[in-house]
Amino acid sequence: MSRLDVRKTYKLYLGGKFLRSESGRTYPAVGADGNVLARVAKGSRKDLRDAVRIARGAVGGWASRTGYNRGQILYRIAETLEDRSATFVGQLEDIGLSNAEAIAEVGQSVDRMVWYAGWADKFVQIYGNLNPVAGPFFNISSPEPTGVVGVVVPEEPALLGLVSRLAPVLVPGNTAVVLASEASPMPAITFTEVLNSSDVPGGVVNVLTGSKEELIPFLADHMDVNAIDAGGATPEQAERIQQGAVHNVKRVVLPVGDGPTQSPYRIAAFTETKTVWHPKGL
Amino acid sequence: MDEVGVLERVAALSTRSIKRESKRAALDLIVAMIDLTTLEGKDTAGKIAQMSAKAIRPDPLDSSVPSVAAVCIYPNMVKYAVQATEGTDVRVVSVATYFPSGLADIDLKVEEARRVVAEGADEVDMVIDRGAFLSGDYFKVFDEIRRVKEACGDVHLKVILETGELATLDDVRRASMLAMGAGADFIKTSTGKIQPAATLPVALVMLEAIRDFHDATGVMVGMKPAGGIRTSKDAIKYLVVLNETLGERWMTPDWFRFGASTLLNDVLMQIRWLETGRYASPDYFTQG
Amino acid sequence: MATKLPATSHEPLLWDYATSKESTDIVEIDSKYGLFIDGKFRAPKSRKYFPTINPANEEHLADVAEAGPRDIDLAVSAARRAYTDVWGPMSGAERAKYLFRIARMVQERSRELAVLETLDGGKPIKEARDVDLPLVAGHFFYYAGWADKLEYAFPGVSPKPLGVAGQVIPWNFPLMMLAWKVAPALATGNTVVLKPAETTSLTALMFAQIASEAGLPPGVLNIVTGAGRTGAAIVGHDDVDKIAFTGSTAVGKMIQSQLAGTSKRLTLELGGKAAHVVFEDAPLDQAIEGVINGIFFNQGHVCCAGSRLLVQENIHDRFVDKLKRRLATLRVGDPLDKNTDVGAINSRAQLERITELVEVGLSEGAEMFQPDCVLPDRGFYFRPTLFTNVAQSHRIAQEEIFGPVLSILSFRTPDEAVEKANNTPYGLSAGVWTSKGSRILWMADRLKAGVVWANTYNKFDPTSPFGGYKESGFGREGGRHGLLAYMDWGEG
Repeated sequence: MSRLDVRKTYKLYLGGKFLRSESGRTYPAVGADGNVLARVAKGSRKDLRDAVRIARGAVGGWASRTGYNRGQILYRIAETLEDRSATFVGQLEDIGLSNAEAIAEVGQSVDRMVWYAGWADKFVQIYGNLNPVAGPFFNISSPEPTGVVGVVVPEEPALLGLVSRLAPVLVPGNTAVVLASEASPMPAITFTEVLNSSDVPGGVVNVLTGSKEELIPFLADHMDVNAIDAGGATPEQAERIQQGAVHNVKRVVLPVGDGPTQSPYRIAAFTETKTVWHPKGL
Repeated sequence: MDEVGVLERVAALSTRSIKRESKRAALDLIVAMIDLTTLEGKDTAGKIAQMSAKAIRPDPLDSSVPSVAAVCIYPNMVKYAVQATEGTDVRVVSVATYFPSGLADIDLKVEEARRVVAEGADEVDMVIDRGAFLSGDYFKVFDEIRRVKEACGDVHLKVILETGELATLDDVRRASMLAMGAGADFIKTSTGKIQPAATLPVALVMLEAIRDFHDATGVMVGMKPAGGIRTSKDAIKYLVVLNETLGERWMTPDWFRFGASTLLNDVLMQIRWLETGRYASPDYFTQG
Repeated sequence: MATKLPATSHEPLLWDYATSKESTDIVEIDSKYGLFIDGKFRAPKSRKYFPTINPANEEHLADVAEAGPRDIDLAVSAARRAYTDVWGPMSGAERAKYLFRIARMVQERSRELAVLETLDGGKPIKEARDVDLPLVAGHFFYYAGWADKLEYAFPGVSPKPLGVAGQVIPWNFPLMMLAWKVAPALATGNTVVLKPAETTSLTALMFAQIASEAGLPPGVLNIVTGAGRTGAAIVGHDDVDKIAFTGSTAVGKMIQSQLAGTSKRLTLELGGKAAHVVFEDAPLDQAIEGVINGIFFNQGHVCCAGSRLLVQENIHDRFVDKLKRRLATLRVGDPLDKNTDVGAINSRAQLERITELVEVGLSEGAEMFQPDCVLPDRGFYFRPTLFTNVAQSHRIAQEEIFGPVLSILSFRTPDEAVEKANNTPYGLSAGVWTSKGSRILWMADRLKAGVVWANTYNKFDPTSPFGGYKESGFGREGGRHGLLAYMDWGEG
């Protein structure tokens, strides 16, 4: 007689905690075979509001850590991700990837996280500048985190898309409110467990599952969100994000074709260059 | 003090464009503010007499040009200068306190000040002990000024900071405050024996110190940049800095002097140009 | 105690500076200006013209063409042709030489341009002469040198131009804003359709003449004059690849909205309400100059103006006294007088806005101080103004006034200073004055502003990136970073 397995409840991830939607709603995540894999939390606008508030509260602490420290934490994510490979491979197979494809995507995701982890204490050196002004002044420009960034994850690849979009946001010290792949939310939810066991401070990454169509307007219009990566938005959703961005002059990164998904300039897109002047004199 | 900020402020004030009647008024005032100076080892009674004559009547051909404020000389020349300026408004200024180094025992310095006063000097220009100042012995510097001031009595005392030997503008301000606190009637930039002598940034810092001292105590103190001011254009820049830092109350020879020698003839030539519309030649102006 | 000198015959001299007016003979102004399209000045298809006046005396200077949609079509298609046929294919080294040549010609004619800038815009001649024009030439020199070195600018990418850049600039630094826009755009191989502000078109038109004399190929630079509708026509034109705008946050948002749903690239340099923080250990006299320069430079028509002064409470009264005394020495009046510190307000509309906000400040209960200076009878002028007793919640502490009006608040601790400084939707610039090195860096880390001036203020340089956080816009102008706004770096 076979043993009855214990199923997991798939929740939102807010402020380092696994929470049900305040709305009490769930929706079915459907596998490639048409079967319901699980019911996952269907985040509401109030959950989104809470996520932004939590992310805002976490910016100061995350941004003020040293690049070295953020790099270590991002590398720790990669370690934990690797450790959970089997789970991710299984979840990717559930949504239709072959075993080889799933293994490849998980491997790429781990490697990508490692790649970005290494940038945390270097990218300022690529993107910052000592400016030779024509006068007796020390003048230095350096990139600082933009603040709270909304990340609209592509529907697929569900895991690699998430990692590729999220990592460059975290590298310079931003915090994130992530709208996971709607059709394939399971890898994102498992990823929150990775985050939770990787020394990522609570509130730095907040992941909502649910209807993008429903949540995007509230994310786009939110006056305390500084930037949005619209990489996983449909053209219509992207335009909605651009319109919403107007209210507080959000920075919007639009989806682009097969552009490089691994680039230090993706990190730069979520930074503000600050230039500091000081006289040189006796 | 932020040196770059001070330089910027001075550069901005130096762009003031002084024309026509404001320029003539400034030139007359500059003449009246000059302490016409000779401080050389080769000074003689004859040199003092000649310079005093020039001081009393800078331009014999133009009676509208005022006398200079004073003649400034070594202690041994005081008696000749007193004689040469008798019956005029031109005052006699003697340097003292073992000018220019100031490296002598305080009793000797006090004695020297007392002597020049006794011989008829109207004003005494003392030097501070820069060695003591730079080594942090502010009390010594303060006490010496206090004692020399005591020796001067009513004769008014200018304290030379020799800013060219003080390393920073912070030190210039500190020395200014110290001198004013100790009783200086004027603070003066330089002996003229050290480069750089007077500069606009140093003058600005000293004028700001005078303003702040006045705000705190109600006491007005005068200012004398000395050395290196050779042209009317330069002198006018000092007047602009004075005007915009301390304002009109200080715009008199009672509260501002230029320690200079060659400046006078350049100012006279400028006045002649304004009067005649022809650029002047030095051949037409007497050497002091 | 010092003894006072015996009374003498010397009366203090009340020394005022005689007027020292810059000659306007050097500059010739035409009675009517067309649009500069495809290398030639042309009458507008719209057939419309509008007058431009001297805000210092309200005298008419010239009539300027108002570009309509058909004119913008012509300008954009000229720019597209020039991009495809000439400027795009041209080697960076050749582009560089054009820009160097333009830089030199600007230097050569800088007095003429400075006088025209002052006549048309109202800024003091000494600022046009000593600040604007040197920076204009400097900007062209700086970016000229980049044109053939772009592959070294950012590692790992091969830069490509975007195409046709539409640029809309404000009236506060007319020629300097043109330089900030045109120099990097052309250096990176884009072609340009630029609209100057409607109150300050003339130097842009003179610049067009210079570009033409420099032999810049037709269509590479097009100058189309007009007001908001003309700007909207550029922004909305289908064949423009990139929009760069400097101006108010309100208009910036309209542009951002107009571009939603397109893939046009956008950079915005918008408003500000900069905090200028003075600690008790600041070099006070230099801080006073910094604060004065911060808010009265260019009549306060400066997006990065230090319009919110935050003074540590234990020096507040002394500092404000010093400021008031310093304010009284500002010379307000004819911008052409070389001794004028504060010139004319750029337009009647702007004067009305300033006046209105100052009235709001009074009604909110802030205390106003203005020096007792005589203003000219004609023209648009506003006295340098300080408000004390200002609360963070007052409109004069929140809204950009864009005029010579300073709101003064106090703080007690560094944390409170940071909190108040950042408590605004803007984030363009900030100032901090303290003698303590660690505190400067501590503050600089925490101030949410694109430019932080420490122990100085309102400094600009072609090599130094400028631009804002939050509602002050996005993108940087100046320096290596300024190239990013006009290139496809493949960062998507």
